[in-house]
Amino acid sequence: MIRSIKLVGVGGQGTILAAKVLCDALIDAGYDVKMSEIHGMSQRGGSVSSEIRFGDNVASPVIEKGTADILVAFEQMEAARFIDYLKSDGLLIVNDLKINSMVTLNGKIPYPSNVLNTLKEQVKMVSVDAQKCALKLGNVKTMNIIMLGVFSKCFEIEGLEIEKAIKNIVKEKYVDLNLKAFKCGQDLV
Amino acid sequence: MKKLLTGNEAIARGAFEAGVHFASAYPGTPSTEILENIGQYKEIIAEWAPNEKVALETVIGASIAGGRSLASMKHVGVNVAADPLFTFSYTGVSGGAVIISADEPGMHSSQNEQDNRNYAKFAKIPMLEPSDSQEAKDMMIDAYKLSELYDSIVMLRVTTRVCHSKSMVELNDREIVSLRPYQKDFNKYVAVPAIGRQLRHKVEERMNKLQIYTETSPWNYVVENKQPVGVIVSGMSYHFAKEALGDSVDYLKLGFTNPLPANMISEFCETHDVVYIIEENDPYIEDFAKAQGQTVIGKEQFPYSGEMTSDVIRNVVLDETIQKRPINDSLIVNRPPTFCSGCPHRGFFYELGKRRKDIIVAGDIGCYSLAVGEPYNLMDWLICMGAAYSTAHGAERITDMKLEDKRRLVAVMGDSTFFHTGINSLMNTVYNGGKTINIILDNRITGMTGQQDNPGSGFKLQNQETSIVDIAKVCEAIGIKHIRKINPNNLTEVKETIKWALELDDMSVIITDWPCALKKHYNEADLDHYKDVWQTKNVVIEDTCIGCKACLRSGCPSLIFDADKKKTRIDSTTCVGCDVCAQICPVNAIVKEGDVR
Repeated sequence: MIRSIKLVGVGGQGTILAAKVLCDALIDAGYDVKMSEIHGMSQRGGSVSSEIRFGDNVASPVIEKGTADILVAFEQMEAARFIDYLKSDGLLIVNDLKINSMVTLNGKIPYPSNVLNTLKEQVKMVSVDAQKCALKLGNVKTMNIIMLGVFSKCFEIEGLEIEKAIKNIVKEKYVDLNLKAFKCGQDLV
Repeated sequence: MKKLLTGNEAIARGAFEAGVHFASAYPGTPSTEILENIGQYKEIIAEWAPNEKVALETVIGASIAGGRSLASMKHVGVNVAADPLFTFSYTGVSGGAVIISADEPGMHSSQNEQDNRNYAKFAKIPMLEPSDSQEAKDMMIDAYKLSELYDSIVMLRVTTRVCHSKSMVELNDREIVSLRPYQKDFNKYVAVPAIGRQLRHKVEERMNKLQIYTETSPWNYVVENKQPVGVIVSGMSYHFAKEALGDSVDYLKLGFTNPLPANMISEFCETHDVVYIIEENDPYIEDFAKAQGQTVIGKEQFPYSGEMTSDVIRNVVLDETIQKRPINDSLIVNRPPTFCSGCPHRGFFYELGKRRKDIIVAGDIGCYSLAVGEPYNLMDWLICMGAAYSTAHGAERITDMKLEDKRRLVAVMGDSTFFHTGINSLMNTVYNGGKTINIILDNRITGMTGQQDNPGSGFKLQNQETSIVDIAKVCEAIGIKHIRKINPNNLTEVKETIKWALELDDMSVIITDWPCALKKHYNEADLDHYKDVWQTKNVVIEDTCIGCKACLRSGCPSLIFDADKKKTRIDSTTCVGCDVCAQICPVNAIVKEGDVR
């Protein structure tokens, strides 16, 4: 069986690092893994997404719309933007955070309201406030690993040791902080 | 040992294992990380060149001198490098040589969708097309054997999904390849017409030999599932097809694709009831198969543009669509890429925007192309690297004929684009007596592709400090009389300088001198010059702010307007204290952190 995880957010939120950690853990657990991401223009504050597919023998690294088992959105509006990737009984994990885009920033168009309430009616959803948690840890950049903590509680993958992967992938001086962040995320659900 | 690698990392690993001695590139998505990763191997000399033509030419020199070498570039970069490529095809190599073309089906980060497989055919050189990271590494190694055996540069053609997808790769040791002795060989390397005519026959002989090779190449093979329906496929489309169709079809998987295996393709077509050709971009294999008289289904059913992802294939071949939930448009607005907090382009475009009625703006490729969007809307056209000055010059020649049109031509490009090919365009304007206003947004780095060093940054690819090209002196040397260098974060200076240039009845150059907010390395002179760079933050004095939103016109993502309080605040985690918003604020409500009383 092949399973698909899509991570989405805004450039700079660390979705790519989160995907890297997850991939490392999946390989360690013995799965065949393929991952795909699009970068380039999208880095400058645009939407970013990483796709991970794992199982016995993965062919395509790209997730088809309507087939993702889980969508991890690091920001509200990005959850709504990519919701068509989720399969009918798929799970949305969303960070209850709003990041303005250039279009909403200058006040011409408002940031959409009621995003989470609307999505909640359409899909199975877990929402958390990872920013609050990250600020408690004193580093807003830990939001990505907090989200991985939430993910690990909501989506069971046999043999997965994300903490070990954090130690492998994250720069040494940030390992402790990120392990705390991971724990924080787990405690949110 | 096995490792999860992107295609670009795998290509770099392949270069390492193949014993490559020298590599050169100009950055460009999706190829950039190839050279960045090669740069990590201390056994290989890896360099950024100012453009793709120069990169390939250094590779030609390295090959003639007896080393294994490679040049990597994005698809449009091959256009720039095409001149040396076509003649290097005639001379052949000494040390093996590879050109890597990273194409962009779907145009994720590019201005066009050209299919560079046509270049291999056009230049008459062998071509390999990997479909995943393992193949990318293995084909790199084989490319050097083919290059030296058939005396030709080899093209490795990859696409965005190969470059930026990760899959498992088995790692091996580096092969130690000794340098070949240099031998002067007039009849091989001096492509004057008399020799060119001889070499032309050599090229034909080589392609004839490769025509035999391609029929038995290990990179071209049939995946047999004993099915009446066949699929001919190359590159990433193979995995997309396998995802969609699995074992329900037979595959002819092509990895060596110039020249194409005529017999193999014909036999595959003749032994299957229906044959689909699934390929991204042009009908390259399809046209070949049809010229062989084969009946195949290709672009008449598959889209001519975009990626042939599994959903596209499923739809065409099986007439199946996976149910997906609708997107609720009321929940989303666009999130276009934008200038970073502290980007030195912001101040310049803010002031330039005030003169939009007086100007026509010729754009170029780089971060500043983001000025096309909100809130600047300041770009009339964008064509290719280095074209801002030359397109502006041509446009000026015509607008000058329209006596009622008084608008001036302003051309903007960055430092890296200036070094790439902009310098030639600027010379053209000086030489022909144009009067355009030419901006060099010098942020001391190649920004859009992720902060790669360039001849103006002070550092080389493998981190060594190096000399810095003085852009102002270059402009002076080519004969420009009116040059001003300004701090783009000083809005008064920017405004005055734009006014100065508009009032001059002559050509001018304005150099904005402030580093990219993401530039990592500075030498000591830079740190002295850019005083307190990124060491401060701006804050809003809430009581003073009148909520007029003037600061938001700077387009800085660190400014957040609180609709309830009707006040702006500044996100202190992202603000780097460039002071641009502070200068825009009409009531001085924005100050440096620490200056708040």
